[in-house]
Amino acid sequence: MTSPLSRRSFIMRGALGGAAVTVGVPLLDLFLNDSGTAFAASIGGGRLPVRFGTWFWGCGMIPERWVPKAVGTGYDLPPQLAPIKPVQEHVSVLSGFDVMLDGKANLPHISGNTAVRTGEASETWQGIGGPTFDVLISDVIGSGSYFRALDLSLDGNPQTSYSFRNGASMNAAIPSPVELYQKVFGLDFHDPNTADFKPDPRYMVRRSVLSGVAEQRRALLSRVGAADRARLDQYFTSVREMEDKLALQLQKPPPAEACVRPAAPVAVRGDITDLGVRKANHKLMTQLLGMALACNQTRAFNMSFDTAAAELRRAGDTTGYHQSTHEELVDRSVGYQPTVDKFATGSMEAWADFVSTLAGIREGDGTLLDNLFVVAHSEVSFAKNHDVTGIPVMLAGRAGGKVKQGQHIKGAGEPITRVGLTAQQVMGVPVDSWGRGAMRSNRAIGEILA
Amino acid sequence: MSRTASRLLLAAAAGLAGLGIVSSSASFGGPGASAAGPTAQPSVRRLTESQYRAAIAEVFGPEIEVVGRFEPDMRVGGLAAVGASAVSITPAGFEQYDAIARHVAEQVFAPAARPRLVGCAPGGEDPAGAHCAAAFVGRVGLKLFRRPVALREVQAAVARTLAAAQRLGNFDAGLQATLVGMLTSPDFLFRIDLPAPRGPAGAIDGYSKASRLSFLLWNAPPDDALLDAAGKGLLDRPEDLRGQVDRMIASPKFVDGVRAFFDDFLQLRDMETLSKDGLIYPGFSTTVAAASREQVLRTITDLLVDHKGDYRDLFTTRRFAMTRALGPIYNVPVSGSGWSMYEFPEGDPRIGLLTQAGLLALHSHPGRTSPTLRGKSLRETVLCEQVPSPPANVNFAVVQDVNNATLKTTRQRLEAHLDDEECASCHKATDGLGLSLEQFDGAGQYRSTEHDEPIDTSGKFDKAAFAGVPALARLMHDSPKVSQCVVSTAWRYASGRDTGLADRPQLDRLNASFAAGGYRFIDLMRTIALDPQFYAMLRVPLTRPATTARADSKSQDRS
Repeated sequence: MTSPLSRRSFIMRGALGGAAVTVGVPLLDLFLNDSGTAFAASIGGGRLPVRFGTWFWGCGMIPERWVPKAVGTGYDLPPQLAPIKPVQEHVSVLSGFDVMLDGKANLPHISGNTAVRTGEASETWQGIGGPTFDVLISDVIGSGSYFRALDLSLDGNPQTSYSFRNGASMNAAIPSPVELYQKVFGLDFHDPNTADFKPDPRYMVRRSVLSGVAEQRRALLSRVGAADRARLDQYFTSVREMEDKLALQLQKPPPAEACVRPAAPVAVRGDITDLGVRKANHKLMTQLLGMALACNQTRAFNMSFDTAAAELRRAGDTTGYHQSTHEELVDRSVGYQPTVDKFATGSMEAWADFVSTLAGIREGDGTLLDNLFVVAHSEVSFAKNHDVTGIPVMLAGRAGGKVKQGQHIKGAGEPITRVGLTAQQVMGVPVDSWGRGAMRSNRAIGEILA
Repeated sequence: MSRTASRLLLAAAAGLAGLGIVSSSASFGGPGASAAGPTAQPSVRRLTESQYRAAIAEVFGPEIEVVGRFEPDMRVGGLAAVGASAVSITPAGFEQYDAIARHVAEQVFAPAARPRLVGCAPGGEDPAGAHCAAAFVGRVGLKLFRRPVALREVQAAVARTLAAAQRLGNFDAGLQATLVGMLTSPDFLFRIDLPAPRGPAGAIDGYSKASRLSFLLWNAPPDDALLDAAGKGLLDRPEDLRGQVDRMIASPKFVDGVRAFFDDFLQLRDMETLSKDGLIYPGFSTTVAAASREQVLRTITDLLVDHKGDYRDLFTTRRFAMTRALGPIYNVPVSGSGWSMYEFPEGDPRIGLLTQAGLLALHSHPGRTSPTLRGKSLRETVLCEQVPSPPANVNFAVVQDVNNATLKTTRQRLEAHLDDEECASCHKATDGLGLSLEQFDGAGQYRSTEHDEPIDTSGKFDKAAFAGVPALARLMHDSPKVSQCVVSTAWRYASGRDTGLADRPQLDRLNASFAAGGYRFIDLMRTIALDPQFYAMLRVPLTRPATTARADSKSQDRS
């Protein structure tokens, strides 16, 4: 029998307004939130959790129209970055961080993305060696909430996900706001702010069923080869995570001041490959994600605004965003590809929406964004030639006071693994260096650390 | 567990004969791999979504709904059947299986279905329902796990059921929870070979043989007759095995098996997320997409199963499955509802699979055609060739300006691109085939001109020049590559792994027998199903696992 809480959790008894309840609080939160502000942002005697997420957009940007010239705070906003003006104080821009291919071929739209996410360029997702950094983080912070992580895609395709445990194990995405709502706010949802709580014996029974399933582990693993053993072991890990979740359902959830169960969303009408429709779909998804976070349903997420090799289009155009990056002629009067520019700017508009939505949810003395750390990135810099140097990255959120916002930092050709390393360290993953070969780095991006 | 419950359990266990429960657990859970020698490994394949659905229908009946989103299948070497040997189940994926299982279990215990599917209840001699639970677990477990349930497994399940029933105050609720557990157990979700209790190392037992056979021929778990034959050891005897194979091929379920193979081979699942620009292709819709996929599959099974046809004729057939939704796409009158066969006249541009709207639309962009994607898919699926990914640093500047005043057709624009030797090496292979299909637009509709310029459909297939699609279709029909490709794909599909050099003699044998029998697809399936190699465990060198699977990139550059 496993303990009712995961081994990564810590039992805090009676801390919440004297109520005789047992609440799982990840150990790391207790150590991480030790900067005065995090203590101040507290509810009912408990501390607000620090959450983590990624936000992905495809096909990068046009460097001359995106990269700020000034560094530090108060950086300038070139045309493609102009949409983030209302949220600039929350957003740090990282430019000039490179992917080193270490002699490997540059597989269009894959090498850059695998390198940012796993610390090593790979020619296929299925060929990657290790987990993506979001998985390393959610392994540490994810237990203790109902969903270890929420993986979300806005193109309607569950396969649009850049979160992998390994090459054979992709964390498939929830592909629509309607599905996200059903999953998070459906039958299993316990409103943390309702006064009465009675453990439902059905959850106990479901847990006991799963422990029966888990009992087969040893016998089964002894029967198969090494590679299959790892696969089955992963399956049993998933079973145990489900058991842990059901255990959480048996406890009164800690109150969450900012949590309001949202109304069921109405699906966005129209073709979601169209940029305008996509942005509306994204806004809806972001609002639900914000509430999922505020209601402590998850502490980690990955959101894909579109695919690598972006499939975005404008209704009626024969050529979409990705095709345009390769085929559109540079307009000599302005010096860039105008259609590509519009899509890149549109992606930044969506990102600005994302940040402002999360910054608009009040929580404790601040906002949800204050207790969040988001890494936004693309898979190339200049899509026209699949450039993987200077892949654009943006950061948002204060991570409970651990991170300073609103700066432009130039990487000057440093490996982009510094981003993944920094995120892991900010979120409490015990790691001192990350990446492989020339991409290995042991230097966090100190400028952003508070 | 209370003492009463234990006593009931023992009583129940005494009466389990005939319920598919075996009292010996020797063949399950033991260190089989080491008994079979360190080099023989059982295969471990996750059920695909369609296999899961077929299993629920087989065990509980087709009226039980399977609702929910499955963890996506992964293709390796182009096949989900091979990817099934590489995937596991993620936490979010398990959650989905759990939710789907709870919904299935609710329906099984609903008043309408319960008498047929559960059949017993506590009362009389069986006050707590232990015997009823044991009978249910034994009967359903045999079908779900595709092997008998060991006595200790039944005992554990009954104990859990009674404890749950007590906690919830309801026997059915307890047994329903147990069913959810069975539906989320690795024995159901994965197909894991069991070693034969006797015989040479590396052999699999009769139940594992039954599974391999039925998932190959039916894409579904074994039925009662096949499980029965497995239990009696009949599948080890060539004449009985042949009898089973013939029975299975004669069954209507064989069509499902053939459909599953071609759905995987031609990657038709991608039709589910296919979208087209509604302004450019107003005739296209999700209904048309679904009908186009169905058309491909029905055309194939009409020829290969109903007419026991020659696989190569798929490339030249003029007999297309047709339904009303496709009438406007093909510009043909379709009367009546449902499906019927439509014969295109000699001389019509529609000839063979390559000219079916489904495949044409699948390998196009949302707003225009793509000779490159069409050619690449032909090369990779139908011809089993590998087209390298494009280099990263390509200058597309002059390539495809659709409003180019001088380069009006896609062919002219693409050919401009072939001045570059690096591009040309691959694009000659892909575009040459794809360009000949330019008379079909991005939704698969016929057109004779592009920007008022007549479309040139000539090309070269390997070394042979051809003029127009019918000539290409004939070349494909006669190409040994085409027939060899379906053979190697079928073998990979059947064995769940990619092939290597060691498979060469096996493939040579299969190719020879396929050709000798007139390229009948049914015969290919039968030959594989009767082949002892099909039932062998994979032999893996002690040092490293041999499966260096060719992984597909998830997101290719679509140009």
